[in-house]
Amino acid sequence: MIPPAWSVSISPHLKSTESVEKIMWTVVACLIPSLILSVFVFGLRALIIAAISTASCVAVEAATQKLLKRPVTVRDGSAVITGLLLAFCIPPGVPLWMPIPGAIMAIYVAKHLLGGIGFNIFNPALIGRAFLVATFPVAMTSAWLAPIHDAAVFGSLGGIDAVSTATPLYVLKHYGMNAVIERFGAPSTLYWDFFVGWRPGCIGETSALLLTLGGLYLMLRRYISWHIPVATVLSVGFFSWVFGGEKLFTGDPVLAVLSGGVILGAFFMATDYVTSPNGNAAKLVFGAGVGALTVLIRLKGGYPEGVCYAILLMNPLSPALEGWFKPKRFAPPKGATT
Amino acid sequence: MSKSSPTFSKGGIHPRESKELTEHLPIEAMQPPEEVDILLLQHFGSPCRVLVDKKATVIEGETIGVVDAGLGASVHSSVSGTVKSIGASPHPVRVEAPSVTIRRDPQAEPRVFTPSEWEHLSPEELLGKIRNAGLVGLGGAGFPTHLKLSPPPGTRLDKLILNAAECEPYLNCDNRTMIEFPHEILTGARIILRILGMKECHIGIENNKQEAIWVLSRAAAESTAPDCKISVNPLMVKYPQGSEKQLIQTITGRRVPYPGLPFDVGVMVINVGTAKTIYDAVVLGKPLYERVVTISGRAIARPANLMVRIGTRLSDIVTFLGGTSDNLARIVVGGPMMGFSIPTTDLPVMKTTSGVLFLSDDEIDSRPHGPCIRCGKCVEVCSMGLSPNEVGIYVEAGRARDTAQFGVFECFECGACAFVCPAKRPLVQFTRLAKAKARK
Repeated sequence: MIPPAWSVSISPHLKSTESVEKIMWTVVACLIPSLILSVFVFGLRALIIAAISTASCVAVEAATQKLLKRPVTVRDGSAVITGLLLAFCIPPGVPLWMPIPGAIMAIYVAKHLLGGIGFNIFNPALIGRAFLVATFPVAMTSAWLAPIHDAAVFGSLGGIDAVSTATPLYVLKHYGMNAVIERFGAPSTLYWDFFVGWRPGCIGETSALLLTLGGLYLMLRRYISWHIPVATVLSVGFFSWVFGGEKLFTGDPVLAVLSGGVILGAFFMATDYVTSPNGNAAKLVFGAGVGALTVLIRLKGGYPEGVCYAILLMNPLSPALEGWFKPKRFAPPKGATT
Repeated sequence: MSKSSPTFSKGGIHPRESKELTEHLPIEAMQPPEEVDILLLQHFGSPCRVLVDKKATVIEGETIGVVDAGLGASVHSSVSGTVKSIGASPHPVRVEAPSVTIRRDPQAEPRVFTPSEWEHLSPEELLGKIRNAGLVGLGGAGFPTHLKLSPPPGTRLDKLILNAAECEPYLNCDNRTMIEFPHEILTGARIILRILGMKECHIGIENNKQEAIWVLSRAAAESTAPDCKISVNPLMVKYPQGSEKQLIQTITGRRVPYPGLPFDVGVMVINVGTAKTIYDAVVLGKPLYERVVTISGRAIARPANLMVRIGTRLSDIVTFLGGTSDNLARIVVGGPMMGFSIPTTDLPVMKTTSGVLFLSDDEIDSRPHGPCIRCGKCVEVCSMGLSPNEVGIYVEAGRARDTAQFGVFECFECGACAFVCPAKRPLVQFTRLAKAKARK
């Protein structure tokens, strides 16, 4: 028995199984290994801060959307990503309430006041971090914890009273390469420790290994392309090699890439769909710009680390980059502009 | 093999093919229904003038409508019987169009057509037979074939391409026609070559139709026609390989710039099923009043490739194939990527009806769309190198008028962008709106 009228729709009637939710939750899954490792490096504190950050981002998003009378979309996972990334780029020794003002800034101001998902100009998590650095500069630049080296993980809830330390980039900037080796070990073990993640730093930025694996999985799923991460990493390495040493061409590119938030930023922040450009050429330029600005800030700026501001400075250039590198049309009319 | 086969240079997608539902089912003649509704408007252009009156007796293949002026092709009765009424029937695009309803005479003998020689006929005589048979392109738009085969004087053509890509998922009408009528198709191709004074023909077939490739290659090798060269070109499976511009670029390397037509680059593209009807019209003298239609989808009891009389109501086809299941969610005429969804099964089969799909609720996706997250997937898959994301954002912002800069008029609405969009944005709909507004 056929009912009289069927619903109709515009072609195509087939759709791929991908969805915004699927992409976002996959990104979340790719961040989880780094979060777990951070518990072993910095103690349970890292997990608590990440939980507070994520919960406050989701809560702020729900409250904002209710307030602005928009549909509540916290299930799409994008606020969870912002919460995790915000936690990933703050030091593990900060007071536990610290992510909350960052979350308000990231979700309420940087995301929803600028139009919500798809319309924000800047990466929300990085705006959150930049706000915290500007507002609580001491905590945000000194609340580092030394990595835990044994099973003391579960007894180290103490947090701020734990050993305070300095990041490799801080030591490198103020005391030079020899001091880095003195403090963090000979080059042979130092590179390996940094690669795996056993070094002071922000909560989720330390493990180049796990972050790269997560990023490679996103590439495998074709959620991100290689262009921005590779351009960013190569650019940081190149400019650090040229300008990072006492003389030209004597810098350590490997150390530059493995320290700070380069890997985290290259795979998970600079590749944010909304705030990075489309088109392979535009992506390469975007990544190269992020890398160059990072090195400039590290070497000449007031902060030892520059990935956050480098990405924030490149974000608003995305529309211009897309305009400069428009896709090549298949067969446009003769005399068309592109 | 598919990796080494050529394809178009940019974009493209790989939707679930679902060809397996009907690809091995031979063409099955459906018993003519008791009544047919022959639409007098089978394609864009002018509707036909009716030649018959109510209660008139008509025979199978009799001309019942002609076009006096403008673009069009004549229509024929698909059954022998009497004219029941002259009125209107549902049309997939125009909602409703004038039609002639004919009640079949169950006693009437089926008409039999016998082959005759065609080699001695002049191009004008061949074209006349094609015009009288009411041929239109069977691939989709239904452009009248006799007009397509009459390019403007001075046009230089060197390559004929038979479009056998059949890149739309589900459809197998061209595939089955190639497997079952290879010699008829090759003769049709030779007739086209004769009319246009050409020597070279390429049959472009996607690699997922191995049997058709094999059958046609063998038939082409056996063919003893000395005056022309017909070759089979296997193509990589990638949607929209069957798009005219993409097919031409794949096979010849030439690009047809907007707003040009294939003959601007010396190429004529004809659907492979149309070539078979050219054989029917010229060699058999048989008008176009029946065609192969793929009836598929996971909500029809028995999928099939049916030889159906033009004017057969879809409801009769559903009954013939054992009905639909409860999870039927969408009825689509044509392929799932570019076809039209229809609200009623009262619709009659037209000359351009390549398929009718009864899609279940797990085959379609009716999730609501969200804002563009600028992932750029639509830009990656656009085979025309356009930016569907920008068009959508402009349309939503009320700036549809300003979208000509993105080349919206080059878009042929293949739907690859809307297929991949993770936010489920109706990018084809946005583009149609943009075209309508930007044209003014």
